[in-house]
Amino acid sequence: MSCARTIAGAALAACALLALHRSAEAQSKPPLRWGGDAEGGAPFVEADPADPSQVRGFDVEIAGMIARGLGREPRFVQVAWASIEQSVERGDFEVGMSGLEDRAELRARHSVSIPYYEFHEVLAVRPADRGRYRRLADLAGKRVATLGATLAYQMLVDAQGASGVIPVSYDDDVHPYGDLVAGRVDAVLLDNIIAERSLRRMGGSGFVIQPEPAATGHYVAVFAKPNVALRDSANEILRARMRDGSLERTFRRWGVWSDAQGAYFQRVLTAAPERERESGAAVPGAGDRSLATYLPALLRAAAITLVLSCLAMALAVSAGIGVAAGRVYGPPVVRALLTVYVEVMRGTPVLLQLFVIYYGLSGIVRLPAFAAAVLGLGLNYAAYESEIYRAALMAIPRSQLEAGRTLGLSEWQILRLVRGPQALRLALAPMTNDFVALLKDSSLVSVITVVELTKQTAIYATNVGSWVVPGILCSALYLAFSLPLSRMARRLEQKWSAA
Amino acid sequence: MSGLHIADLRVVRGPREILRDIDLAVAPGEICALMGASGSGKSTVLRSIAALLAFDGGTIDVGGFALRPGPVPGESRLKGLRSRVGMVFQAHSLFEHLSAIDNIMLAPVHALRWPRERARETATKLLEELGVAHRATAFPRELSGGEAQRVAIARALAPDPTLLLMDEPTSALDPARRGALGDTLRELARGGGRGMLISTHDVDFARAACDRVVILSQGVLVEEGPAREVLSSPRHPATRELLQHGGNEDAPAA
Repeated sequence: MSCARTIAGAALAACALLALHRSAEAQSKPPLRWGGDAEGGAPFVEADPADPSQVRGFDVEIAGMIARGLGREPRFVQVAWASIEQSVERGDFEVGMSGLEDRAELRARHSVSIPYYEFHEVLAVRPADRGRYRRLADLAGKRVATLGATLAYQMLVDAQGASGVIPVSYDDDVHPYGDLVAGRVDAVLLDNIIAERSLRRMGGSGFVIQPEPAATGHYVAVFAKPNVALRDSANEILRARMRDGSLERTFRRWGVWSDAQGAYFQRVLTAAPERERESGAAVPGAGDRSLATYLPALLRAAAITLVLSCLAMALAVSAGIGVAAGRVYGPPVVRALLTVYVEVMRGTPVLLQLFVIYYGLSGIVRLPAFAAAVLGLGLNYAAYESEIYRAALMAIPRSQLEAGRTLGLSEWQILRLVRGPQALRLALAPMTNDFVALLKDSSLVSVITVVELTKQTAIYATNVGSWVVPGILCSALYLAFSLPLSRMARRLEQKWSAA
Repeated sequence: MSGLHIADLRVVRGPREILRDIDLAVAPGEICALMGASGSGKSTVLRSIAALLAFDGGTIDVGGFALRPGPVPGESRLKGLRSRVGMVFQAHSLFEHLSAIDNIMLAPVHALRWPRERARETATKLLEELGVAHRATAFPRELSGGEAQRVAIARALAPDPTLLLMDEPTSALDPARRGALGDTLRELARGGGRGMLISTHDVDFARAACDRVVILSQGVLVEEGPAREVLSSPRHPATRELLQHGGNEDAPAA
């Protein structure tokens, strides 16, 4: 009895010592910083509803497995999904995970783990179109939505050339399905996990998922290019967790396991490590994309920026003149209403206004994205313009107006022929400033799916893995618009001051 | 009724009575100087006649168009007045964005709906009469004080008013140009049978150019009569004061 007790005591002591040693080891090693985007949501990474300061999801669990396999504690770093690759290379964290897709470009620029999950790009359509739009090729001339800077987006861009599909890029993976149900787009191409999640959120109706996958892809973890050692250790840990069933349990817990996934694990485990590392996504057309391939898209986006800015400015100027005239000449009620308009538009973010116009009002009026963008920017800038015009109108001396009156001009004629033209000269410089500002603010409309210059540049930069060339090109295009504008305004000012 | 007739004009601002019991008439072809120290109410009289200011009592009649006490009527109800009364402001108030000739053509073309050619002919003729035809295409900021003054007179005369109001027309002119302006105004008054009411503190100008003077003091008309008579043998102390000091510190405000 006493012998047994002694043995048990010794075993306990040994366990305690081991545990102590392990925790000391974990403490001595720095935590494993890993980056993901909690905005991506479940089942990848989401804020824990019980404790929003914590994250959960299968990527969270896999990151935990890798960290513990290395004897380290995982520490989550929030990063925008599109920036994960850039951030890992910068050294903001050591591992990037958040439903990252395996692509040849990714492997060319970073160290990439073995794929740990196989997904399918699937097409979602409205139930009525189930028979008509089975695959991408059926959607010639139709708007197909997806998340920007993804494999699916690349597929749509390729399909645009091949079969005339119109790609519509979103910054998130929730609104594409909302807009599909609302009729703004005709199909959505995204990962099956995302499609199924959206369908569940909508109560299983509103759209259907076509059974035939458009492509197959894999999720991977990404490391900085030189960090091959960490990548190799992570690969060993991932293989071990595939073998011991931990990964399967995790995927089952998040409801994304299937027998096909088990078969895929087997293929990964038997494949030669070197070959895996080189394998990219099985997506047709995804290859190295050079400047020449992106330049037309960039120029097209630049044209959109220019046209959008010009239309929005035209709206801002005309509405601004109306608001200013109303505030100077109108009865008290009109003045009060217009003051409220100006303060609300200037006091709230233009981003919020764009969301409200595009998504918020979609129950009442379903504006096309471009029209919503023109309207949103135009009405926002109208508030600023109106203040410029109002100040300019007030700056015209009273004696000028009285001279007009004694000459028999009506109030309207005085505004049109005397006060307005003189105020316009005063307003010209601040107006030019505003136009240049609007030109740059037009980049905000990418949140409502308009791919303009900055958005296209971001897509380009994500795909080539560098901001240097895309950044220079993008800046050059913006400058090509704004510099002549400032020059023209200076000339007009000189001409008028000489007059 | 032709010419200008003012009876019992009264203007009150807050607790202050700015004009009281003003009776004043200007006959066609007559040049009348409205004189007084700073704040005596000269500008208020002119602005009331031009319906730029509401008045509180009395009547103003210009060639049969009557203004009544109360708020200034809308411009659409003042067309009869606008065609009869022209006004030249102290700081000429030419429209800075328009050339001299365009300043003159603006009212004929837009308010009177004349064909542009007719407006141009009239404007050119007026610029010639006033001796500034060579400055037709110049912008206000390119004109000298005297030139701007003459363009402003031409602008006020373009619609052919029967009464011309002028606020301190000599304030920006040197003595030689004051004399020349007097001569020009006499010609314009005689030729067109047009009455003129000119607020001024310039005694020499009033003596040389005006037929009659009216003296205001603290909002009350204290003396009036033929210019030479009143200015050579003043009866009222305010007139004597004015002659002694020349009223040179006169301000543009009422």
